[in-house]
This record gives sequence, structure tokens and C-alpha cells, in this order.
Amino acid sequence: MPKKFKRALLLLVAAAVLPASLYGCTGGTEPSPTPTATAQSGEPSYGGSVTVGIAQELDSLDPHRAVSAGVGEVLFNVFEGLVKASSDGEVREAVASDYQISEDGLTYTFTLREGVTFHNGDPVTVEDVVYSLERCAGSENDGTALITAFSNVTQVRAVDERHVELTLAQPSLEFLYALTAAIIPAGSGDTIAQTPVGTGPFQFVSYAPQDSLVIQRYEGYWGQRPYLDEVRFRIITNSDTLVMSLQSGALDMAIHVPTTQITQLEGQFQVVEDTMKLVQALYLNNDVAPFDDVRVRQALCYAIDVGQIIEFVGDGAGVPVGTSMYPAFEKYHMEELAEAYPTDQELARQLLAEAGYPDGFTMEITVPSNYTQHVQTAELIAEQLSQVGITANLVPVDWSTWVNQVYEGRQFQSTVCGVAASDMTAREMVIRYVSDYEDNFINFQDDGYDQAVAQAGSTLDEQEQEQLYKQALTILSEQAASVWLQDLCDLTVLEPGLDGLELYRTYVLDMSTIYYSA
Amino acid sequence: MKQILKRLGLLAATLLLVTVLAFVAFSILPGDPTNSILGLNATPEQTAALRERLGLDLPLWQRYLNWLGGLLTGQLGQSYLYEMPVSQLLGSRVAVTATLTAMSFGLIVAISLPLGILAARHAGGWIDRVVSVLGQVTMSIPNFLLGFLLTCLFSLILRWFTVGSFSAAAEQGLGAYLGYLFFPALSIALPRAAMTVKLLRGAILGEMGQDYIRTAYSRGNSKGRVLWRFALRNAMIPVITFLAMTVADVVAGSLVVEQVFAVQGIGQMLVSSINSRDYPVVQAIVALIAVVVVASNFAADALYRVMDPRLRQR
Repeated sequence: MPKKFKRALLLLVAAAVLPASLYGCTGGTEPSPTPTATAQSGEPSYGGSVTVGIAQELDSLDPHRAVSAGVGEVLFNVFEGLVKASSDGEVREAVASDYQISEDGLTYTFTLREGVTFHNGDPVTVEDVVYSLERCAGSENDGTALITAFSNVTQVRAVDERHVELTLAQPSLEFLYALTAAIIPAGSGDTIAQTPVGTGPFQFVSYAPQDSLVIQRYEGYWGQRPYLDEVRFRIITNSDTLVMSLQSGALDMAIHVPTTQITQLEGQFQVVEDTMKLVQALYLNNDVAPFDDVRVRQALCYAIDVGQIIEFVGDGAGVPVGTSMYPAFEKYHMEELAEAYPTDQELARQLLAEAGYPDGFTMEITVPSNYTQHVQTAELIAEQLSQVGITANLVPVDWSTWVNQVYEGRQFQSTVCGVAASDMTAREMVIRYVSDYEDNFINFQDDGYDQAVAQAGSTLDEQEQEQLYKQALTILSEQAASVWLQDLCDLTVLEPGLDGLELYRTYVLDMSTIYYSA
Repeated sequence: MKQILKRLGLLAATLLLVTVLAFVAFSILPGDPTNSILGLNATPEQTAALRERLGLDLPLWQRYLNWLGGLLTGQLGQSYLYEMPVSQLLGSRVAVTATLTAMSFGLIVAISLPLGILAARHAGGWIDRVVSVLGQVTMSIPNFLLGFLLTCLFSLILRWFTVGSFSAAAEQGLGAYLGYLFFPALSIALPRAAMTVKLLRGAILGEMGQDYIRTAYSRGNSKGRVLWRFALRNAMIPVITFLAMTVADVVAGSLVVEQVFAVQGIGQMLVSSINSRDYPVVQAIVALIAVVVVASNFAADALYRVMDPRLRQR
């Protein structure tokens, strides 16, 4: 069954999501993002407004339909689910104050929190919750789930005035994360994109496409009162202008600031470093010669020096991944896989010769030209491959073409891009390489892999699941499904005096914890 | 009269051709608007349903005729991505770009005419040399780069305006709005103004060597009078042609410079609509730009006739 929300996010994030010229970062090499409050100087004070520069356009404000991760990042402040993401990577109760999951993992019972109101003042009722969850499951979309995970839902019903019960077709350890999906007023599906009404700490004020989104503190919020009175998200797509707008004082804060310009801001601003939570790789089409031969794929892994790429494209601040998992998923991150293929040109030549290409071959690397960091990576890879006799030609295409030809059409030999998980589940990063999965754009085929992922999906034992995922991730490395590179560096810039930023492991910009220190 | 009708017919034909080309170009380009609306994981059924809803399943010619029919009745259609009428989406932005374009054009004229005349009048003198050197420098800087330089100078060093705060300035009233737009207008105008100065100076000096000028002098006219009454009139003809072509250049310049100064005009909208394949928006903007360019050429033509009686007889 399809998906909508995730579909997007999940995606090559870099994709619809992040500014075109995110590079890496200057500064230290923190191996994994540490989800702690970053700068603490003064005492938090209430009041004030902040203008945040964001580099991507928002496609839709409908929380169940929005395609890009950039929208979810901002709407996190307006909408809440039964549960919501917290900065430690887990989920916390939000609109629900409590929940129970049955022994067999099929039935979820939620108790609504007392005193939660929508921004229009109406209390949240079980009807609203049932309506919202059914909408996610496709009630207004011809039965096709708007959020993929909800295709697993067989029934949503109100038990009584305070309790909602949800039944799944298959048990899933990860379904709870899907319940971060926004709760919206019953019947508001047609108007929600124009007038977003949720239960979050901030309420919607105004939106001008490609210009700005304004939100203000919701006084009736059930939880911790946000510090700021008002937040303006200003959309500035040109990265040079974004930086100059910080310098001119038009912006107080900016997210996803490209590394190239960061030196201009250091000293005057606080710069917070994190990773982008995606897997950048030279993705190889496993169906197309010569990449249908595992020896050739491994030869490429040996020929490509990931360390040099990280140094060159991110000033050393990216984190090597070695498989389809990024370090924010600490549980599944396997550092040893990042070292599985030490750079060895001799071995690479030998493997190529064994595979029948003693003199190398000519290949194409398709790159989405709007992502500078991917283009630069591809250029460096071409240079490195030439050392072992492989001629790699770059084919730059625009994003829409890339989606059409590479991702959906699978008409490519190799491509450099970033792939991310839309929800907070590691599953998303592995399921896509199951042989017959619709988003397996590299045409990876491995029976052992398919089995491991299938088992991991249905087990209710967390430890077993972890082992199975690790097994799958190791297969991706051993089979050299692609040349796994790095999780790119991501930077947030705040003006001095603005504190309280919390880093999340998913695409979230939580403005409720941000304050001006007194 | 017949001339004018013929011209108008030509104008309409040009516009038709431009919009047809834009339509065809986008149908050849890979990429699909459904990708940006539904994201990457949409099922084929969802995609098909959306294509039908948007009318993308119709053959190209039929889509074009539908669009054209809408245009003639004042309907620009609905943006695929933002799900709002194109006219609503573009409304305020067209005003911004139009203001910016008009200001730039005004600046070009205001800068280049006096300087060109001054340089010609004092040809070889120090004024001429200063103008010529400055002109060479400005001409060789592309407008987006000039935009960055001006921003650094006027916004970051002198603090005369706050880059990135255009929509806030627009809320403060006309003065702040025009004040902000002055800087992008300047970066569009300067390179083109430098070219106009050079052209005008050359044209005036060319005329000054003609026989009729010698005659004018021999009849006792002063240098100033000869320049203003006789030489300038003829020298203006190539300048007007050039200025008419400049309109297209200024429009193209504003599309680029808007992004440098974070001005919410149609430039940003055009770029992002092309990326998301939001055809109705792209078509509307392309048609609009075509109208402006064709109309300005038309106006230049009409001006010649006013200025040069010989053309009127043909």
C-alpha cells in the first residue's frame, strides 16, 4: 500500500527538502548528533519574536498530505499527534495522556488527555481523533492511506468519551511512531491546508507562499508554555541572501545554512552543528551491467576514498555510514561497516579484472544538479575512479527529471544523492532494498536480506528486531549494494542571546524551547 | 491605420508562438507535476487520478486550447502545487516585479541620458574619461554579482536597508517599499545604463561630424544649441531601439536580482514553478513576459515614426 506523507519525506531528502547547497560543515567532527540543549547562557525569559530563515518552499500545510520534510519541520510547532517526537529519539504522550498496547501488538488503546484544546478553542474529542486517524488511513483519499504506516490499520473506534481504540492487521513495533500524525478537528480535511488548526504550542497566523509563515503562541496550550510570542518563518531560497539577511539583522536564526558561508558568520552568531540524517551514497543500479556483478560493486567501494570525500565536501564534518543507516539511529548504527572497504586501488583493479574488466569501463553518474554537495561528491568520485581505469561521466539533471528518470523510472547506471527516513523508524531505511519493494530504486536483490527484513517487521521482540536489522545492514555492506558514503553535516545559526535550541533525531524544528536569555 | 493593424496582428502571432513553444517545451522535458504534489511514493492509481483531475491526461493540443480559451476569458487557471488561482498567486508579485522593472528602466534613462550628453559634449575631456572608465567597469559586472556587491555595501556596511526584510518593508508603506526596491533596481540598471551612455555618446559624436551640423554651425548656432536641436534628435533613434531591447533585459534582470535581494516578485515564482512543473504558473508568467517584451518593441517602433518623418511615409 502506498503512502503519502512518508513518501515524501522519506525520500531523498535532500530532495524536496533541504537547501540546495548544504555541504558539510566546518569545525569539529562529532561522530553522532547529541540531542541536548546546545547553548546555555542566560536565564530564559518570556516574550519576543523570532524570524527564522528557511531555505525551502512549503508545498502544502495539510499535515497529512505535505510532501517535503521541510514542511513537517515547521508544522511540528502547530500540530500534535496522540504522541509526539521528543529530542531523545523516543515518542512522548501528547494529545493522549496514556496508551496501552495489547499482548499480541494488534490493539492500541489511547486515553485522551484532559484539557487539550484546538487553536479555535474547541476541546479535542474522540470524534476528532477518530476522524484524524481515519483520514490518515485514507478515508478522504479513496481508501489509500495518506501516511503509509496507516495502511496497516484495520479499524479505528471510539470506546467511550475518553478512549480510542485502533486495530492493526500486522503487529508492528514501530507503529507508535506513526501516531505522531496530526490530530485535526473533525471534518476539517478540506480547509486544513488553508487554515491549519491543531493542538500544538503555536497557532497559525498567516501564510504567503514562497514568502513567509507566521505563527504565534497558543495561550490555551496544555503543555509547557512556549517562551516566544511569535515566530516568523521567512523563505529565502538563495543561500547567499540567507546569510546576508542574517548579517543585516532581518533574520534572527536560520536552519540548514551551507558550510561554505559559515565562516562569515562565526564570531557574530552561534553555530550549532548536527548531521542531516540521511545517507549519501553513490547509488548503483544493481540490474544494469557492469553493476550486476558484485565484484564490480566491491571494486568501486575499494576505489572510492570516503574519507577524502568527507574532507573535501564537508570540511571533515560528515560522518561515514558504510550502509543504509545514519548515526542518529544509534541502536542500528554499525561503525565497523564504515571501515569494511578501506581504500585499496590494487584490490579494486584485481576485482575488476576478475569480473572481466581488466581495463576498466565507462559509466554514467546522474546527479541532481540543484544539490551542490552531491555534484561535488560525484566530481570527486569520478576523479577517484579514474585512478583504477574507470571513466565516470557526470550527467547533471534537474530535480524533477531526477525523480522521474532515476527514482521512479530506474533508468540510470549510478547516481549520487541522499536518502532519508520520513518517520522516526529505522525500518524505513532498510525496507526500501527489499527485492520487490516499490522504492527499491537500485534494484537490489538478495533473498537473505528480504527474509531478515520481513522477520524484523513482524517480530515483537525488540532485541531480535535489532539483530535482524543489523544482519540486513551487514548484507547491504557485504553485497556492496551501493557505495555508501556519509551523513552530511547540518548547521543551525542563531543570533547571540537566542538559546534553548534542541536537536532532534528527525526533521523537527522545535520553536517552543527557544528563548531570549535575560 | 493599416500599418498599425498589421503590427497588432504580428504582435498577436508572436504571443501565440511564444506560448505554444513554452507548452511544447514543457511537454518534452522529463519530470511531472504529480511528483511534486504527491511525492515519490505515490501509487500509479493515485498518480493517474491526479493527472485526470489536473487535465494532464488530455492530448497536448487540447490542453493548449483549454489554456488559451481560459486566457481569453481572463482565467489563468489553478496552480497545481499551491491549489490556488494563478491570478491570486501572482497578483501582488506582478506588482512588485512591475515596480522593480519600471524603477530600473527609469534609472537607466535618468542616468544614461545626462551622462551620455555630458560625455559627448566634453569628448576627450576629463569628464568623458571618468564616465568612460566607470562605464567599462560597470558594464563588465553581471547584475547578480553587482547585486551582492551593492547589498554588502548598502545593507551590511552602510545599513541603508535591511536585506531580507522586503515583506516587512512592504507593510510599512510606499516609502519603505520603494526604498527597498531602489537597491535591486540600481543593480539591474547600472550595467545597462553604462551601455546606453556609451551608445548615446557615440551616436551624438557621429552626428556631430555630419554636413548638416556644419551647416548649422555656419548659420551661427552655438555648440549647445546644435547639440540639443540638431544632433541629439537624430542620435536618439539608435538609442531608442536600444532602450526598447533593454526592456527585455531589465525584465530578465529582475528575475535574477529579485532572488539576490529576497524580493517576492515573479522571478522566484518562475524558477520554483519550473522546478515543480507547475505549468499553469509557468505559462502565465511566460505569457506575461512575452506581452511586455513584444509590446515594448511595438512601442519603440511607434516612437521611430514620431521621431523620423521619413519612416512615416512608407
